[in-house]
Amino acid sequence: MKRLNESLIIMRKELKGYFNSPIAYIVITVFLAFTGFFFFKDFFYFNQAEMRGLFQTLPLMLSFVIPAVTMKLFAEERQSGSFEILMTLPVSAWDVALGKFFAGAAFSAIMLSPTLIYLVTVFLVGSPDPGPVIGGYIGAILLGAAYTSIGLLASSYTRNQIVSFIIAWAACFLLWIIDKVIIFLPAPLGFLSYFGTDFHFQNIARGIIDTRDVIYFVSLCALSLMFTVKTVEERR
Amino acid sequence: MITVDGLSKSYGDFKAVDDISFKIRDGEITGLLGPNGAGKTTTLRMLSCYLSPDSGSITVDEKKSADNQLDIKKMIGYLPESAPLYSDMMVYDYLKYVAEIRGITDEGRISEVAGVCRITDVMHKNINELSKGYKQRVGLAHAMIHDPQILILDEPTSGLDPIEIVEIRNLIKELGKKKTVILSTHILSEVEATCDRVIIINRGRIVADDSTENLQSAVKGDKDIIFRVSGTDFSGLKSALSGINGIKNIANIDGDEFTSAVLTVDHQAEVRPEIFKTAVQNNWVIYEMKQEHLSLENVFRELTTGGEDEKAK
Repeated sequence: MKRLNESLIIMRKELKGYFNSPIAYIVITVFLAFTGFFFFKDFFYFNQAEMRGLFQTLPLMLSFVIPAVTMKLFAEERQSGSFEILMTLPVSAWDVALGKFFAGAAFSAIMLSPTLIYLVTVFLVGSPDPGPVIGGYIGAILLGAAYTSIGLLASSYTRNQIVSFIIAWAACFLLWIIDKVIIFLPAPLGFLSYFGTDFHFQNIARGIIDTRDVIYFVSLCALSLMFTVKTVEERR
Repeated sequence: MITVDGLSKSYGDFKAVDDISFKIRDGEITGLLGPNGAGKTTTLRMLSCYLSPDSGSITVDEKKSADNQLDIKKMIGYLPESAPLYSDMMVYDYLKYVAEIRGITDEGRISEVAGVCRITDVMHKNINELSKGYKQRVGLAHAMIHDPQILILDEPTSGLDPIEIVEIRNLIKELGKKKTVILSTHILSEVEATCDRVIIINRGRIVADDSTENLQSAVKGDKDIIFRVSGTDFSGLKSALSGINGIKNIANIDGDEFTSAVLTVDHQAEVRPEIFKTAVQNNWVIYEMKQEHLSLENVFRELTTGGEDEKAK
């Protein structure tokens, strides 16, 4: 319990750091502008009072936005040298990785929260099925956490934030696109679609919360965090 | 007490630290002296548990550093070179963050440390707005916040102006009365001014390890006196002074309207009264007579020649 405490201190510091710099506001604005476009396109153009359009594009959107959120987490510290200070405080690599991961995941949840306004709009003019909406948000948080952990891993490899962003984006984008390119691959490789984030996200966004999909996201986080800790420890 | 035994660390092919062993006793200020790229920073990074050694061991108060990293990190306050603090944080927030991680709940401790390091008036500034001297002091405050037994400071005075250097040195000396302080520097006078003990390291190896006084007195050999007069020419000066017992050599210095010479004198001899009397007898006017201060410089130069080339950190 005491150990988790240190992660929480690091998380609080990182989260504060986000909102003390312009990055947070820029990222949130860009995210809302794009999601807003996809939401209101359906809303006005097709006269549909539902969230599906939003949740359909969300995985692709997050694969761009989350790397921008996570790119600095380790890279900035390595670049400025403060990593040395962090690692000589009485904290373990796990404390640091978890703290930064929680901060990134919490930030992506905060970033999602303004979309609840769309939800209010939808409920005002129509009567959408609550299942997919609840599922969609749970899926979005899980997906955000998974992408955050991938971004964190990418950030731990490099001291250059741009490199960190591009690696993270490439990895997230690959996971997004994998179940869409599966038709070009020979049939025996069909199992690869299970590795796709979009595949699992769309399952949850249908309103069916299957443990398999939840386990997929959780294990993606666990695996990335494990490698992050390994990288942090090895770079010593 | 810190015991370092057979410590080595390589970066790729380059051996930054090569099998060094030393002991650091409690309550001493130890200076790690060496040219740039000698392995000082690497050694300190291993002591502070930032880097793990390739081989060898570090023991702090019977605790092996390899097995008790968290415990040892708690006992040590470490200030890396040029104090790379979180530049976008406020000084107070930063110290509070460090205090929280160190498990210090007492808010009074932050203002206490701020008082000792004299940063009370910048507590609400952002770290990136501070001058180097203030930043270094915030770094010291960060290292001292948990009142550690051991302070490790990597080049604590580099990049500071002369006044700040004196201030930081005094602060370190003050701290050294109660704590074990290990600092690294490539400036000799710093070691002479602050340290009880000095370890000279070059190319990753220890070349000398002794108290500052012992090392200073180890500089046997000769000393130089610079002598500048008018009223005579060099040959006259030479013939008049060569009779004095202890002067081994008299060499001419050209350059200005005076007759100038460097007198090489035996280490033990005090010849200045004799020189003065000679000058008075011959009606010379003395413009300068300066004995070159005996310093570690000679030892240092002797021990580290050829080690100046900068190597990968």
